Amino acid sequence: MIDWVVEPLREPFVVRAFVELALLGLVSGTLGCWIVFAGISYGAESLAHSMLPGLVAAALLGLPLVAGGAVGLLAGATLIALVGRVPRLDSDVGVAVVITGLFGLGVLLGLAPEVPAGLNELLFGDLLAVGWGEIAITAGAALVIGVALWVLHPSFLAVFFDRAGSGALGRRPGGFEVALAVLLALATLVAVQALGNLLVVAMLVGPAATARLLTPRIVPMMATAVAVALAASACGLYLSFHADVAGGAAVTAALCAAFLVALAARPPLARLRAAQA
Amino acid sequence: MNDRLLAGADRLAATYPGESVPAISGFTFEVEAGQRVALLGPNGGGKSTLFRVLTGELAPSSGEVSVSGGLPALVPQTERSRLDYPVSALDVAMMGVLPRLPWWRRPGREDRARAREALARVGLAGLADRTFGELSGGQRQRVLVARALVQDSPLVLLDEPFAGTDVPSAELLTSLFDELAAEGRGLLMATHDIEQARGWDLVLCCNRVQIAFGEPGDVLTPEVIERTYGGAIVTLGAGKAILPPHHHDHGGEHP
Repeated sequence: MIDWVVEPLREPFVVRAFVELALLGLVSGTLGCWIVFAGISYGAESLAHSMLPGLVAAALLGLPLVAGGAVGLLAGATLIALVGRVPRLDSDVGVAVVITGLFGLGVLLGLAPEVPAGLNELLFGDLLAVGWGEIAITAGAALVIGVALWVLHPSFLAVFFDRAGSGALGRRPGGFEVALAVLLALATLVAVQALGNLLVVAMLVGPAATARLLTPRIVPMMATAVAVALAASACGLYLSFHADVAGGAAVTAALCAAFLVALAARPPLARLRAAQA
Repeated sequence: MNDRLLAGADRLAATYPGESVPAISGFTFEVEAGQRVALLGPNGGGKSTLFRVLTGELAPSSGEVSVSGGLPALVPQTERSRLDYPVSALDVAMMGVLPRLPWWRRPGREDRARAREALARVGLAGLADRTFGELSGGQRQRVLVARALVQDSPLVLLDEPFAGTDVPSAELLTSLFDELAAEGRGLLMATHDIEQARGWDLVLCCNRVQIAFGEPGDVLTPEVIERTYGGAIVTLGAGKAILPPHHHDHGGEHP
């Protein structure tokens, strides 16, 4: 039994994967709560998918994936903003068109024989291949996002509570919505290194969605979300190691399982709270 | 200059971006320290638009508007607030300190104490840590009033503060508004309640254009009320009129 626990920890690649996931868990647990309350989970997913052509292009040109992802994100965000200006087109429709278009373009490019990394790796990430260089980039991003969330917390709280009324408190929503989108883009960019284009959203939104079912206050919700992310990361890595399944997919499955457990635990928890009150 | 003047408008008009017809026009009025002014008008009649101009969110398209003493405190309709949001009553009251802080500063311990005091003043000291969405409509309205108390502005804008409130909350709010006026604040309250407006110091009637402004006895004539509400009123004779129940449709006004 002890071997079962300790054995994976003797492998440096497992330790690196866990450090990377722990940093991403800190980011997603805190930032994810704002993504959920600002109602931009769909935007988060779209943004992640829109990077694919950039990632593939970077792989083709032999550039760092982060650089390609950044260009892809910028292109995607610009296109979404432009399509949003087409009259009589719902912004969701615009997002859907741009994202599927870009994603399709990415797949087309990715099927080119010259792509060294392979489409699989770009779509699903290669968690167990994460190196210390990528971890350093993630740590830097986590620090920036953490400081930004600490400073912006009171303003975010007021803006997403009442978008229409926050201007009367001296906090016009526009700038804060852009700030949240920028932080989301940064988080997506670093998370894609480990989790790939398709699974990154599970990490960004899953822990917060789970925590929301369990606690009614924002700060405990963030703490719970970080704990869920860490626990799911550990479970996913053990599953990946012992059952020999893909790391990112195992972590995603663990996150989904956590959500389902929280959903099932909600009615008994509510009864418990009512009994205590 | 009148140094008791808290807000004034002179032939004020305002138009939303992208629209050609002004949402409000011809507003000429003054609110002085210690005055309670009722703002009567139908939904879509420009009450919320006027508030947006006074809080600086919408610029006048013509005419002039002046507000002294910084950003006015706005008490929004509780019916529009999010109930699924993870905040306590204290968190909401604390938001009242934001106008005094630059965006990079966090509220401090004194601010928290002031928010608790404000909640005590609206009779909610014991519910400060309760989730905002779990409170009753009247209690939520009182939390939003507490937020305005924390903001401590000389001019307070009240957007239908009695809509959806229970009797104890309404009584508490009525006497609190009187206290605020006695402290020298100016109150501008959007309302549908003509009887209540009769008890306030001044009345401003509007339906996209200003129809009348003055003391209730002079302003609230059947003719003015009919011009304000169009055909939507029922007259009771003897200069009295009521709105048919339920004239509120809160989705219809400007965002």
